[in-house]
Amino acid sequence: MTRNDVLAAPVTAPPGTRTDRPRRTPATALVTWVRRGGPHHLVFLLPTLVIFGVFSWYPIVRSVVMSFQKTNLAAPPRWVGWHNFVFVLHDPLLGTAVRNTLWFALLALIIGYPVPLVAAVVMSEVRRAKGLYSALAYLPVVVPPVVSVLLWRVFYDASPTGVFNTILGWVGLGPFPWLQDQTWAMPSLVLAATWSGAGGTVIIYLAALLSVPPELYDAAEVDGAGIWRKVWHVTMPQLRGVLFITLILQIIATAQVFLEPYLFTGGGPANATVTVLLLIYRYAFQNSLGGNYGAATALSLMLAVVLALFSLLYFRLTKSWSQ
Amino acid sequence: MAAIAQTADRTAVSASDWRRPGVRWGLGSAHVVLLVLLVVVGLGPLLLLAKFAVTPTQDILRTPMAVFPHGIAWSNLDQAWNDVQISHYFLNTVWVAAGSWASQLLVATTGGYVLSVLRPAYGKVVEALVLATMFIPTVVLLVPLYLTVLHPPLLRTSLINSFWAVWLPAGASAFNVLLVRRFFDSLPREVFEAARVDGAGPYRLFWSVVLPMSRPILGVVSVFAVIASWKDFLWPLLVLRDPSIQPLSVRLPSIAGTTDQGVFLAALAIATLIPIVMFLLFQRLFLSGVGLGGAVKG
Repeated sequence: MTRNDVLAAPVTAPPGTRTDRPRRTPATALVTWVRRGGPHHLVFLLPTLVIFGVFSWYPIVRSVVMSFQKTNLAAPPRWVGWHNFVFVLHDPLLGTAVRNTLWFALLALIIGYPVPLVAAVVMSEVRRAKGLYSALAYLPVVVPPVVSVLLWRVFYDASPTGVFNTILGWVGLGPFPWLQDQTWAMPSLVLAATWSGAGGTVIIYLAALLSVPPELYDAAEVDGAGIWRKVWHVTMPQLRGVLFITLILQIIATAQVFLEPYLFTGGGPANATVTVLLLIYRYAFQNSLGGNYGAATALSLMLAVVLALFSLLYFRLTKSWSQ
Repeated sequence: MAAIAQTADRTAVSASDWRRPGVRWGLGSAHVVLLVLLVVVGLGPLLLLAKFAVTPTQDILRTPMAVFPHGIAWSNLDQAWNDVQISHYFLNTVWVAAGSWASQLLVATTGGYVLSVLRPAYGKVVEALVLATMFIPTVVLLVPLYLTVLHPPLLRTSLINSFWAVWLPAGASAFNVLLVRRFFDSLPREVFEAARVDGAGPYRLFWSVVLPMSRPILGVVSVFAVIASWKDFLWPLLVLRDPSIQPLSVRLPSIAGTTDQGVFLAALAIATLIPIVMFLLFQRLFLSGVGLGGAVKG
């Protein structure tokens, strides 16, 4: 980065800066701006300004405004103060949604966090056909999430002849109700989500494992460390940064889980899988009384504030990590 | 990300460790076990999907794990493609992906060019504003973006039920802009200077110098743009309400209940084909982890 900045320096500082600079008036400033190609710069900036302006910056500002308004599509919006926030915080479903989202996140950590790490550490020692290992691990990530959810929904068929129940039947287990049971539904969702996500984490860990300085292992061996101690006292501490980053990424992703509850269970059975994002969706788009856009934006804003803290942490870490 | 790309000479287990029989057998069998697990878990469900796609529905329902079902039902694929009109939704998906690709490429290259090469005084402000959107989770945008598309500023018509509703917001990817900008930063400035001396204006410089030198990064952005738009579900679900223009990801859940199981699984298999082929073609790119930085946006 720094090397390029040095190279680029002559471009930013106009070559041959005049010493007998004329007095700066708005008119001359405009003339020099035009002469230096200012309008052309704007032409190139136009797509970024328009697209980000209309589809990113404006909606972000608007979401803050809307959370303090009552908006429906018929009448002009009306200011309602904190009413939307109060409404959301008094919704009995909010507690359920938050609890379910936390439960999803926790299960995703228990199931999905250690598996890629162990797999990556073992895979990094593979000497032949390493590419085959990582390709197989990554394959589920490529499958469109909608397809994988719909496929797993077939696997989770609760009848004794369902795919999973048939397999478990071979060892005398089941049949399990899977998605139809209040206690089993959430773990089933997490299992499918882990299948489609774990490969990406494996790839991150594999890259990080390659960057462990070899001297550290050499030094550990001189001190007489065996394989387990090398993994525990050299590899793991070296991965600490990456492990923390994937943890944050996973928390950010699981807090916004929508696809799995929406397509697997629709939030059921008995609201056992209603998540925060599903609740936002219901407020805005599945409301028989017309979209409650104010409540939806208020809840998204509250979730976003929590998530922004995590992404801030993530950017701080990746910045120090890549330097 | 660049720091992790280097390859190490060795890992935790040394060459002399490998010579010990205990390690050789232990680690060797661990590798075999892992490979078997990866095949069963990673490939297994997809193989099962491929098998179901050509299995008669009655067999899928009664004996899903039978190795030899009663005959092969190629008709599943045929019915899915023609009768359920998967061909139509497949084309919609291609169309959605192509437009999203074009809009992402346009914004990323022009934006990256201004921020990296032209560098106007206000560039820092624009860059900060673009970067700031990476901190905002997509969930915040959902409702206000929907209303913006419903009543776009300056336009008189709603964009709902038009591909533009998916194409245009796809362009607002800060990750792409920064990725391309970083690549432009790494191009040698001397070439730009030489082109300027030869009389190339900003447009010529962009089109004939910068873009041709940037094929690798344009390829990266393109592959991830297509994959991302193939995967996208919630946004097209909201803005493409008319079934006749919906992509596969939106259409598949709604036909699930009304379609014969075998035919439906054949449809799922068809929808998976393009991403899998792209993965096999660009494996190195996927496995290098370049695109994972975009994962933050969720």
